[in-house]
Amino acid sequence: MTIAPAIGTELTAVTQEPAQPGWWRRMPTKAKAGVVLFGLFVLTAIIGPLVTPYDPSYQNPSPSASMNAPSAAHLLGTTQSGQDVLSQLLVGIRLTLELGIIVGLVATALAVIVGVTAAFLGGFWDEFLSLVTNVFLVIPALPLLIVLLGYFPNRGEWPTIVVLTLLGWPWGARVIRAQTLAIRNRDFVAASRETGERTWRIIAFEIVPNEVSLIAASFVNTVLYAIAASVALAFIGVADLNSWSLGTMLYWAESQQALQLGAWWWFVPPGLAVALIGTALVLLNTGIDELGNPRLRDASSASRIAGRWLKPADPTPVLSEISQRRNGFAGFLHSFSRSSLLDKAEAGDGR
Amino acid sequence: MAFIIRRLVFYVVAAWVALTINFFIPRLVPGNAVEAIMSKFPNLQPSAYRALEALLGVGHGGSIWHQYWAYLVDVAHLNFGTSVSEYPAQVSTLLAEALPWTITLVGTATVIAFLVGTALGIAAGWRHGGGLDRVLPGLMFLQAIPYFFFALILLELFAVKVHVFPIGQGYGQGLIPGWHWAFIGSAIDHSLLPALTIVLTSIAGWMLQMRNVMITTIGEDYVIAAQAKGLPNRRVVLTYAARNAILPQLQGFGLAVGFVVSGALVMEIVFSYPGIGLLLVNSVTSNDYPLTQAIFLVITFAVLLANLIVDIIIVFVDPRTRSREAAR
Repeated sequence: MTIAPAIGTELTAVTQEPAQPGWWRRMPTKAKAGVVLFGLFVLTAIIGPLVTPYDPSYQNPSPSASMNAPSAAHLLGTTQSGQDVLSQLLVGIRLTLELGIIVGLVATALAVIVGVTAAFLGGFWDEFLSLVTNVFLVIPALPLLIVLLGYFPNRGEWPTIVVLTLLGWPWGARVIRAQTLAIRNRDFVAASRETGERTWRIIAFEIVPNEVSLIAASFVNTVLYAIAASVALAFIGVADLNSWSLGTMLYWAESQQALQLGAWWWFVPPGLAVALIGTALVLLNTGIDELGNPRLRDASSASRIAGRWLKPADPTPVLSEISQRRNGFAGFLHSFSRSSLLDKAEAGDGR
Repeated sequence: MAFIIRRLVFYVVAAWVALTINFFIPRLVPGNAVEAIMSKFPNLQPSAYRALEALLGVGHGGSIWHQYWAYLVDVAHLNFGTSVSEYPAQVSTLLAEALPWTITLVGTATVIAFLVGTALGIAAGWRHGGGLDRVLPGLMFLQAIPYFFFALILLELFAVKVHVFPIGQGYGQGLIPGWHWAFIGSAIDHSLLPALTIVLTSIAGWMLQMRNVMITTIGEDYVIAAQAKGLPNRRVVLTYAARNAILPQLQGFGLAVGFVVSGALVMEIVFSYPGIGLLLVNSVTSNDYPLTQAIFLVITFAVLLANLIVDIIIVFVDPRTRSREAAR
């Protein structure tokens, strides 16, 4: 970091960090590890199914092919019915990632739409959408998923994708709404409104670009949730057990007692794959978090100016909602939410 | 008090939404529950159709609003009908048998994980960049592993290979459940490994959140002021920083209860633990719709109740809620 003559210019340079050419080098180590690890899995998902050595469903009838330990012919061994574990793994990674990413994209889109709409419309609609969001947050997802999917046995992946999406948006919507409320009262939004820009243009070009890191974090979280939930559901047996995903692999390995029979090569690879994908996503998320919240960043990001260590200026705090005029029915509805406890308390102190 | 009452109203709305979803799911699904059962058991006589309809409460007749009202009345009387898979047993009896297991084990494990995770988070946040921070990636990995995978491997290692813990089940074979030491001892012995897996997998989440909030709180002016006054570190950490940092943690606890319950469902399947999760999965795989729906309601209500308890705790911990009421 070069020492600029004036303190003011130095600080702006620090806050604009990601835009500088060396952005990859400036990324937190955790985020870098996450990007690399996740990238490897995406690559496997794209190439994997094209290079499977065997048909994952092919059952080798000869008894000598059953439960083989890893060898040159079967790099990850075989299952009880002589299926090749590596082929199943390669196809399974594709299916699991596909599901996670589709759910992540659609649910995050829903979250952005609901969150931004609620914050922009305000009044009754804000309170109504927030109420719906909070209700869906508080109803436990996995039991509901099990109940819903119990009615759609063996109909392929789509029921799972649809149901996971329908239950996956509320968390993101809540955070994005809070951030939009904070941003929409800022000067640059007021300025663009004064210049006569349309609301949709303000939303698309002023608000949403300022929430990119939040939306990215919400996407990563949703993918994580979708993968974890789909694997758990398949393991329980509430999924299409005829297709090969990491979850169904684990289901078959468990139901045919792979561990008890000592066939670790059948049970460990799919579990490890899920764990590594999960770790990659968690790392990515911590990285995004650190980009958005400079205090979490390592001390290395602080810069030394005139003998003092200064940290980059704080961005807008996400959760401190700008206190709004709430009256009538909307105010009444809002008073039921947990956040009302905080913002009204401050107003009460002033009285 | 006003705050609690308002939250109570919110939970009533949430409970009503859950009840309504539960009512409409079987009615929106293509085909009906009775036909699903009929096709599953081909030896059933066609005359069984009527009997099943009556059993499942699908054949109430009348308009959908009439059925809806009858359903609400039934739920209010804890009358969930008769189980199909364990035929003569009432659903409410099965629930009463399974609930204590889940509540005791999952409740204890969750509270322990929350307390230990929060304490570790306070330490890690205070000594930001210290030794505890280096443990974090490992803990993240532990959290990213599918829960059941981790539990199965521990089960294999510590129960099957090395006989430190018993293999699954809620209590030893041949014991009759009751309030005597042989049974209680056996039940505790059987709950240790499941509890350990829940604590180990959920601790990282609490720790990470607490650490992050602590780091943000420590930068606040009042913490720096407390240090400048020369207060001992212990007092600054606990009564200034941690006390304020714990509020988001508590709010998160309410929402996390849902996730914890979900993890517990899977835990019971891995350990064949005789709780509500095992019952739920068995009921789904055997198409026992009355039981499935009743369990969903019970779990949802339990989560809502846990949230209400957290709200009450928040009122005690956060003076702002009380001062707001005093100002009224």
